[in-house]
Amino acid sequence: MNIYDAIFYLFAVVTGLSAFFVVTTRNIVYAAFFLLFTFFGVAGIYVLLGADFIAIVQLIIYVGGILILLLFGVMLTNKITSVQIKTGTLQIVPAAVGVGLFAGFLIAVLTYTEWKTVDTALPLTTTEFLGVMLLQEYLVVFELLGILLLIALIGAASIARR
Amino acid sequence: MIYDYLFKITGSEIISGVIQSLLPLLFFILPFALFAVWLERKVSAHMQDRLGPMRVGYHGALQTIADIIKLIQKEDIVPKETDKPLFNIAPVLVFAGSYAAFAAIPFSSVFIGSTIDLGLLFIIAVSGLVVAGILMAGWASNNKYSLLGAMRSAAQIISYEIPTILVILSIVMITGTLNLHTLSEMQTAYFWNWMIFGGPGSGLDKIIFIPLMLLAFLIIYLSTLAEVNRTPFDIPEAESELVAGYHTEYSGMKFAMFFLAEYANMFAVSAIVSALFFGGYQSPFGYIGNYIGLQWLVPIEQFFWFTAKGVFFVFVQMWLRWTLPRLRVDQLMAVCWKYLIPLSFVNLIIIGLITVL
Repeated sequence: MNIYDAIFYLFAVVTGLSAFFVVTTRNIVYAAFFLLFTFFGVAGIYVLLGADFIAIVQLIIYVGGILILLLFGVMLTNKITSVQIKTGTLQIVPAAVGVGLFAGFLIAVLTYTEWKTVDTALPLTTTEFLGVMLLQEYLVVFELLGILLLIALIGAASIARR
Repeated sequence: MIYDYLFKITGSEIISGVIQSLLPLLFFILPFALFAVWLERKVSAHMQDRLGPMRVGYHGALQTIADIIKLIQKEDIVPKETDKPLFNIAPVLVFAGSYAAFAAIPFSSVFIGSTIDLGLLFIIAVSGLVVAGILMAGWASNNKYSLLGAMRSAAQIISYEIPTILVILSIVMITGTLNLHTLSEMQTAYFWNWMIFGGPGSGLDKIIFIPLMLLAFLIIYLSTLAEVNRTPFDIPEAESELVAGYHTEYSGMKFAMFFLAEYANMFAVSAIVSALFFGGYQSPFGYIGNYIGLQWLVPIEQFFWFTAKGVFFVFVQMWLRWTLPRLRVDQLMAVCWKYLIPLSFVNLIIIGLITVL
C-alpha cells in the first residue's frame, strides 16, 4: 500500500461515514457539521483524481460559502428562538419505495453504461486548460450563467427589501 | 527538496510525508507563537509607555514558556450545558484550518510543503475551515456572547474574503500563475523586481503598475487583517462588548489552541502578502552564498528573508492593534462592501486593461 492508497481510503471513509451521519442524526446542527466533513472528503477525492482546481473550488464555495450560510440559518432558527426543527421520519412506505426505485435506476445506469476509459497520465496542471476552455470555447454559456446568477442576486435582494 | 531527501533516508513515502508535514509545526509555528506572544506583549507595553514582562529571563524572554507551563497545568473545564463533542472538536478544527495553510507557504526554494499549482487559492480555501470551527465553538459554548462573537466573525471573514480574492486575481493577471513558488521565483534578484515595485518586467507598464500595486497591497493587507480578526477589526472578540467572543468558555489547552491558531494565521496572511508583493523568500540584494560560492547557504538566507518579512508584517499588525480603536459592526461592513470591494474591482479592471494592451 503506498501513500496514495492510504490517503484515498482515509478520505473515502471520512466521506462515507460523515454522509451517513448527515442523514441519520437527529440534531440538525450536527447534520450541518457532518456535511462539512463530507465536503472536505469529497474535495480530497477530487485531488486524488487529478482535479485539483475543482477540489479547491469545492472547498471555497461549499465549505467557505454555502455551509457557513447553512450554519447561520440553522443556528439562528434552532437555538435562539428555541423552536425544535423536526427531523423525524414520516411516510416510511412511500419513501422506501421511491428511494428503492431511484437506487435501482442509478445502479442500472452504473452497470449498463459503457464507460469510456482511456489510460493517460494525470494532468499536472488543470487550471490553465480550464481557463482557456471557459473563456474561449464556452464563453457564451459562461457569461450567460454569470448573468443568470446576477438576476438571482438582484431578485433575492429586492424580495428581502419588501 | 526536503521530501526527496527524507525519502532517500527513510525509504517510505508515508513516513517521509508525515515527517515533512510535521516540520512546519515543530520548527516554525510553535517557536514563532512563543516569540510572537512575547513580542505582542512587549510591543503593547512599549506603546503604552510600560515595560511589559520583565521578570522571567532577559526582558521577559521566557515569559511565554512559563505561561504555557501554567496553561498545561490548568484544569480542563467544560461547562455543564455545552454541547460536549462539538465543544471539544472546535479548537482542533480551527487549528487544523490555520495549520493546513502552511502546506503551501514557500519558506525557501527548497522547503515548501507542496508546490501545488493553486497554492494561493488553496490557502484561501482552507481558511474556510477556520470559519466553520469558530462557528462550532460559538454554538457549542451555549453562551450568547460566544454565539454573537462567532456570528460576527463568520460574517466578517466571508465578506473580507472577496477583496482578498479580487486582489489575488489581479496579481494572477500580471504573473499568470497561482503557484507561490513560481511567483517567488519571478520576483528574484533585486528588490525592484518585487511586485510592489511593478514586477519583474521593464518599460512603461512597470511604472504604471506601481500605484496600482500600492493600492492592491493596501486592500489585501486590510482585508487579511480583518480575516485574522485583529484590531481594528476584532469585533468578534471585542473585550468591552463580548467578554472574549467565541472563546469565552474555553480554558487551559483548548484556549491555547485558539491562541496558537490566531498567531499561526497572522503569520500565514503576512506570508501571503510578502509572497505576493515583497518577493516571498527572495533577498532584496542578492545572496551572500552566491558571492562567496557557498551554494548551500542560499536556502538558509532565503528562509531568513522570508521569516524576516513575515515577522515584520506581523509586527505591523501588532502596531495597528495598539494604535487604532475598534470599528463598529456597521462600519466594518461598510469598509468592506462600500470601499474595499469597489476599489479592488476598479483596480482589477485597470490592471486587466494594461496587461491586455
